Amino acid sequence: MDNESQYSGYSYKSSHSRSSRKHRDRRDRHRSKSRDSSSRGDKSVTIQTPGEPLLDAESTRGDERDDNWGETTTVVTGTSEHSISNEDLTRVTKDLEESSPLECKRFIGPALGGCLSFFALVTPLAFLILPQVLWRDALDPCGTPCEGLYVSLAFKLLVLLISSWALFLRPPRATLPRFFVFRCLLMVLVFLFVASYWLFYGVRVLEPREKDYRGIVEYAASLVDALLFIQYLALVLLEVRHLQPAFCLKVVRSTDGASRFYNVGHLSIQRAAVWVLDRYYSDFSVYNPALLNLPKSILSKKMTGFKVYSLDENPTNNSTGQSRAMIAAAARRRDNSHNEYYYEEAEMDRRVRKRKARLVVAVEEAFTHIKRLHEDEVASSPKHPREVMDPREAAQAIFAPMARAMQKYLRTTRQQAFHSMESILTHLQFCITHNMTPKAFLERYLSPGPTMQYQQQNGRGRQWTLVSEEPVTSALRQGLVFSLRRLDFSLVVTVTQLPFLRLGEEFIDPKSHKFVMRLQSETSV
Amino acid sequence: MSFVPGQPVIAVVERIEIKKLRHGDNLILGFSIGGGIDQDPGQNPFSEDKTDKGIYVTRISQGGPADEAGLKMGDKIMQVNGWDMTVVTHDEARKKLTKKKEDVVRLLVTRKTLEEAVKHSKGKYPRP
Repeated sequence: MDNESQYSGYSYKSSHSRSSRKHRDRRDRHRSKSRDSSSRGDKSVTIQTPGEPLLDAESTRGDERDDNWGETTTVVTGTSEHSISNEDLTRVTKDLEESSPLECKRFIGPALGGCLSFFALVTPLAFLILPQVLWRDALDPCGTPCEGLYVSLAFKLLVLLISSWALFLRPPRATLPRFFVFRCLLMVLVFLFVASYWLFYGVRVLEPREKDYRGIVEYAASLVDALLFIQYLALVLLEVRHLQPAFCLKVVRSTDGASRFYNVGHLSIQRAAVWVLDRYYSDFSVYNPALLNLPKSILSKKMTGFKVYSLDENPTNNSTGQSRAMIAAAARRRDNSHNEYYYEEAEMDRRVRKRKARLVVAVEEAFTHIKRLHEDEVASSPKHPREVMDPREAAQAIFAPMARAMQKYLRTTRQQAFHSMESILTHLQFCITHNMTPKAFLERYLSPGPTMQYQQQNGRGRQWTLVSEEPVTSALRQGLVFSLRRLDFSLVVTVTQLPFLRLGEEFIDPKSHKFVMRLQSETSV
Repeated sequence: MSFVPGQPVIAVVERIEIKKLRHGDNLILGFSIGGGIDQDPGQNPFSEDKTDKGIYVTRISQGGPADEAGLKMGDKIMQVNGWDMTVVTHDEARKKLTKKKEDVVRLLVTRKTLEEAVKHSKGKYPRP
């Protein structure tokens, strides 16, 4: 902080108007924040272009701005959050640049998984069809037992198909930085399995032109059984194992301390990270950089203290003793910055409440100006012509009286960056259409909602960096700490193990509930 | 006046002798007692230790025999005629005090001021 100019808060207050001082404070705050954000990395390194331009509080847009950085920022070890399911084999070559034509890369994974499962499903049919096609005449006739096997084969294939669709063909939610171990394991297993079956088939059936068709059908049926069991394994490993809670994760946002506790099961670090981020978007209130720091005027008081420089080459004991005394005297001087903070907080609260009251009244009044037209009401008598409006026009009509109060309120609570006029109008239109009361309309503005509320849907997804000292495919355990970083804030996650519960039993006889009065008698003797 | 269970109770006591007064058919002493091991010790306003279940003097009628003998309100009665009063029920205490055959009850009572007086006087004497 040495290169910041020191000014004494008192002169500032007296000579400049209040609003310009606030504006300056806001700018100073952002300047220092952007300089302080530095890159650090344990396993992953992120390089940022030096500082954001002087952000005016009016132009701060939460998460949205970060996505536009993709075109101009070079990020090392970027991991984009959305997309790709069974991709991981392609993750061997890590992409170093996050560029917008990332779309095709998302779908390589599902494509690969799809091919493999298609291959696996078609194999039994191929086993059955090939002998028929190639050496039909030489085959032993196979009557009822074969037909029974055909039926069972058909149903098992159908079940496999439906359950594969239900379990695996879902749009993927995240790209993980490293292999998803279980998924890779399963894919390798399926591939080896089917390949070995084909090998055996090729050597034992195709070569010698096996005549026993029933054996071939049974062989195909056994393959389908085995595939069903592998799918059961997949179900347990991917979906069921992590359902029983085993760890408690504490997630803290680094900028303002918002925190939550979650219970998760046995997951690897990267899967746990995806899990936490899912919950982050709907549980945490939106990150508002404008609400962060104490005003400069309060903090600067501390900095105006004595600075003692010793100009002698050999400082004698006397001088150090003297300087120490001066420093002690400065420290003992009463530090009133906490007082200022308290009063400023109280003042801020009062201001917000006043504006909120005005807003609520304005909105209530505005809503009384329109009412819904029912179909059976007669469209208008010539004496009282009424203009029939659609929701958009109705919204525009009643927006004008409340616009000013709304704008003032949003400015006071520093939310104006999140709500544009257009979005307020759209929301008003939405509320009118659904017969909502003014209170329902205001719910969105009176309390900061979860981050999900402010997201724009674009296909590119959100960029998060997982920072961890352990390899990210290792399992969670007690005492682990990792963090999820975004450009201007990060979430620090601490893992604790849920305690082992020793549940005992105690039987209480329902007849054993008895009571007596408390005695306090006084006897005269 | 607090005690440690299992250890002997040590207290500074005052010996008070009260002659019963004949009032009609009864012999009265002129004070009321409260407390006892079957009572709720938390409601005793005179005890220092709210788990003390001893017998306390809760009221003294003015000009009665107890008042004249020097009994004060809030005194804890330790013995009555040699009978222990520290671990008795309320009713037993009453019985020990109202025996028809006895004219005189000799009480050992303790109060905080006694302890303090002894400490105070101890302090004055030079150590031998």
